[in-house]
Amino acid sequence: MSKTNLTRRGVLKSGAVAGAGVALPTIFTASSAAAYTNEPTGASVTLGFNVPQTGPYADEGADELRAYELAVEHLNGGGDGGMLNTFSSKELKGDGILGKKVEFVTGDTQTKSDAARASAKSMIEKDGAVMITGGSSSGVAIAVQGLCQEAGVIFMAGLTHSNDTTGKDKKANGFRHFFNGYMSGAALAPVLKGLYGDDRKAYHLTADYTWGWTQQESIAAATEALGWETVNNVLTPLASTDFSSYIAPVLNSGADVLVLNHYGGNMVNSLTNAVQFGLREAQANGKNFEIVVPLFSRLMARGAGENIKGILGSTNWHWSLQDEGSKAFVKSFGTKYGFPPSQAAHTTYCQTLLYADACQRAGTFNPCGVAEALEGFEFDGLGNGKTLYRAEDHQCFKDVLVVKGKENPTSEFDLLEVVEVTPAAQVTYDPEHPMFAGGQLGSCNPGA
Amino acid sequence: MDVFLTQILNGLDKGSAYALIALGLTLIFGTLGVVNFAHGALFMIGAFCSVFLQRLLNLSYETVDPTKTDFLGNPAVIKTPYVESWFGPEMGAAIIDWSVPLAVLFAIPIMIAIGFIMERGLIKHFYKREHADQILVTFGLAIVLQEVIKAVYGANPIQTPAPDALSGVAVLAEGVVYPVWRIVYFFFSVVVIGAVFAFLQFTTFGMVVRAGMADRETVGLLGIDIDKRFTLMFGLAAAVAGLAGVMYGPINAPNYHMGMDFLVLSFVVVVVGGMGSLPGAVAAGFLLGILESFASMTAVTDIIPGINQIIIYLVAIIILLVRPRGLMGRKGVME
Amino acid sequence: MLGLGKKDASLLLVVVALTMLAPFILNPFPSDSGMAQFNAGYPDLMQRFVIFGIFAIGFNILFGLTGYLSFGHAAFLGVGSYSAVWMFKLLSMNILPAIILSVIIAGLFSLLIGWVSLRRTGIYFSILTLAFAQMSFALAYSVLTPLTNGETGLQVTLDDPRILGVSATADGSIPVTNLFGLEMRSAYDMIVGPWTFTFSVGYYVCAIVMIAAFYLSIRIFRSPFGMMLRAIKSNQTRMNYTGLNPKPYTLAAFVISGMYAGLAGGLMASMDPLAGAERMQWTASGEVVLMTILGGVGTLIGPILGAGMIKYFENIFSKINDGVLHTWFSFLPDGIENFMVAVIHPFVGKGWHLTLGLIFMLVVTFLPGGLVEGGQRIAKALRKKDKDDDGKSPSTEPAE
Repeated sequence: MSKTNLTRRGVLKSGAVAGAGVALPTIFTASSAAAYTNEPTGASVTLGFNVPQTGPYADEGADELRAYELAVEHLNGGGDGGMLNTFSSKELKGDGILGKKVEFVTGDTQTKSDAARASAKSMIEKDGAVMITGGSSSGVAIAVQGLCQEAGVIFMAGLTHSNDTTGKDKKANGFRHFFNGYMSGAALAPVLKGLYGDDRKAYHLTADYTWGWTQQESIAAATEALGWETVNNVLTPLASTDFSSYIAPVLNSGADVLVLNHYGGNMVNSLTNAVQFGLREAQANGKNFEIVVPLFSRLMARGAGENIKGILGSTNWHWSLQDEGSKAFVKSFGTKYGFPPSQAAHTTYCQTLLYADACQRAGTFNPCGVAEALEGFEFDGLGNGKTLYRAEDHQCFKDVLVVKGKENPTSEFDLLEVVEVTPAAQVTYDPEHPMFAGGQLGSCNPGA
Repeated sequence: MDVFLTQILNGLDKGSAYALIALGLTLIFGTLGVVNFAHGALFMIGAFCSVFLQRLLNLSYETVDPTKTDFLGNPAVIKTPYVESWFGPEMGAAIIDWSVPLAVLFAIPIMIAIGFIMERGLIKHFYKREHADQILVTFGLAIVLQEVIKAVYGANPIQTPAPDALSGVAVLAEGVVYPVWRIVYFFFSVVVIGAVFAFLQFTTFGMVVRAGMADRETVGLLGIDIDKRFTLMFGLAAAVAGLAGVMYGPINAPNYHMGMDFLVLSFVVVVVGGMGSLPGAVAAGFLLGILESFASMTAVTDIIPGINQIIIYLVAIIILLVRPRGLMGRKGVME
Repeated sequence: MLGLGKKDASLLLVVVALTMLAPFILNPFPSDSGMAQFNAGYPDLMQRFVIFGIFAIGFNILFGLTGYLSFGHAAFLGVGSYSAVWMFKLLSMNILPAIILSVIIAGLFSLLIGWVSLRRTGIYFSILTLAFAQMSFALAYSVLTPLTNGETGLQVTLDDPRILGVSATADGSIPVTNLFGLEMRSAYDMIVGPWTFTFSVGYYVCAIVMIAAFYLSIRIFRSPFGMMLRAIKSNQTRMNYTGLNPKPYTLAAFVISGMYAGLAGGLMASMDPLAGAERMQWTASGEVVLMTILGGVGTLIGPILGAGMIKYFENIFSKINDGVLHTWFSFLPDGIENFMVAVIHPFVGKGWHLTLGLIFMLVVTFLPGGLVEGGQRIAKALRKKDKDDDGKSPSTEPAE
């Protein structure tokens, strides 16, 4: 026989359910009752952090997640406030966003477009996330950006370097803080000229997919403008693990610079192989042979170990920067986790703050209001100097770092040294630049 | 001409890895009739044996150096490996430098033990089950093994450099330079393959195993405990995969999913070589390695764009259509 | 009923009931409770359940009946998705022509690959299909980018022609996929006390298609054609001796299952108009193999269960992070709470692969017939218990 527990609370509960049952016909409401997708109605607002937790970029994803947790802590008034104190906009008071406590859900992109969209959808449909952010590859960023546009939420891109993210695939609901292939080229070119001269023959190895192509195009254009000659561009399959058969012909090709348009595991392996084949010590055309890796990441550099010594590249941000924002961020991140943040962590932390600040200034979470607040927004104090969120393509314009693998690292984190901070003006381009043309932002979509 | 020579060397090098993995896979197919999807994971674990040894040798005691600061401005912690304090800085550094070759010695017992445990603990129960079940269970095992490695060592690659004496390049001919360690890898794999064949060919044990591969039932009827020998063969196959992995470390930094990267390719190699044929597996490994290298030459990709992406699969299809059982396959195995 | 035996008809009814009531069944926990993490009743995941269900049902027609293990079925799903998205780009956002085209294209593609691959049997067949699929993936990712948009995946854009529709809606957005005006993404939320149940149009479209696909697969299983396929599995040589040529039958089964995959791909694109190359990778092909084996090879309902299980892990377990764990165990004293979180941590969130791997091993070791066998054992145990309770009534059930 079943026991019945008649308590006051239990009766109230069943009463409520019964009441809801009676009222059923009127409760059938179209989801369009809200003003925009996932309008937060309670005392909290939910953000969706969509990062690779499995697959080859899991370490980047883990670092992004750490930065997100730190950002949420700071937004809710915890910790030492990090870059909130150095951020030029003083709207955020450490009481959440618009007085609502910030909560978050996490998901796994697996670095696959499909999985990333599935995970973002579940955050939007199930958890009521009003903003999605994160990711560690351009394919995923573009796919999720498209989804957020359709669903009517804001997408704050994480680590994505392809020109297309804010070029031909740009979307009104999507925003990118990270730099791109064109900027890498524009920042690297003058440094390359200064260090290696203007009479060089470059050999490109390029990952055979969209990101690789756009980066190769950008670097080739920037270096050719210096007077360099592009001897050859060889496309390598994404699935390659051993690059020996691509590296071996380089030495006898007449080239004296090797440009590796690779990222992640590809970059670690191709650089390792290039060093194995003695390219770093080689001589060609009477000059020292040089290797350039246009997109550097410290986490990847760690995977490449000794091989990165003396190799030139560009990066979005590095923890050794000495401005107030960077120092505050490194301090609060380092104190919490015991090691310095990566550029992925930095960009995702900034994106979270920028989003929160935009909501605060707009006075709403409505994607259209937030987008308007972000467009043309100028700010400082987030580690890259004065920065502009350009309205035409939702790309941030800020200083880009040219870095070099350190010869004598003092610790396991001290792998890169900043060679030059290229000012934002030098990497700024016209929104209608041919490498970025072909897409439209469209209009902002609040969903619902 | 030098270009061809280098590409042949590259092909032999890639082929060495393929052949070693395929050899182990074929041993398991041939003797136990088991489709082992965890074989790539064994290769990966081999590579992580040297990561483990490297970490072990680098175990350090910490001293605080107040003159230097770390990234947060606190006094820096200086680490000195124990081996350097025990054997003196030079000897200690030399031991660390030679950690990969040392890991070979270290990996053999570990891999054989892992092979034994796998066979006795899990695979044994799947001899009479369908191949589909074997695939599911070994695939599950492969995922578990690689996730454990990822949980311990992270997802990014970890460098296991070759000793200084064996890194750098060798000048083989005018205009032909080749990394020393890759040459070492090739000869190493030739020795291992030779040893396995000699073991099967010239020992009584090997003779029984070969007989068992051909006709398990009859050997059993002769009163020979074939099961016990097969367990040992599994250990041997695991050791071959593990050794391939240890020595591969300096060529490409080990990461937790390197096994899956090799798994599909090594299956293709085994099938192209012909199921159950050890010489076939080795031959197919080197053949596909060399073809892959040639296909990546610009002269070739200019004519057929994208051929480097698909060459292995294309060759596999052609060979299987021309020779129904691969290069040297036997009738009735896994058909 | 509908030409089905009594048992099959009741199975079909169970499937119909389960799919139609899925929004309730999958959302058993109140949405503000800690257990809400385990709710799976949101449109995207429910759609994935039934779509991968269709994929696995189709795969089972080939693998379960003929025993031919294809390792390249994801290629057909991918081709289906690409065709559907191209239809959205060129013709209109109506899903019907898109799905029809994806089934046709996938059918033609599988005819081509099947015709070549079925010249071999056993593992040689598996490797041939794997090779074709891997080639499709590699080319779609790189050389065929103009057709597939490579890494990013093929998406609908604002400047697509869409001859029967509009390029952009009045407010400057991309039009959404629909079935004669019925938008796939529209949904009704029903709020009952603390529960929220979501009824999505897209899900019900997929569900109806899956029920039809399931019905068709029952008919195939019970037909003389299905009998012939089973004969191929059990003894092909004997079939040859009886003067029957198995080739046309296996090829038909291959093409049918390829079309099922194309249907799944088309539906996937209809729910979310994007087609990525990873859909064709060998891991995706492997996934459907695992779904089928996990659920129970050759059983009618097994593949659907397997598909549901894998997708559930992928989407639910991967989202459980430490924060969630801490809220679950917050009622415990701090020390124990941290201990519990530390114990569970490796298996959820970023460790969901580990749990999946362990489940594969456990299921296949202890339930050789997959989840279906697990269900049968439970049913048997319950029945036995019932009997013990009654004591007297002798078993009158027919042997199965």
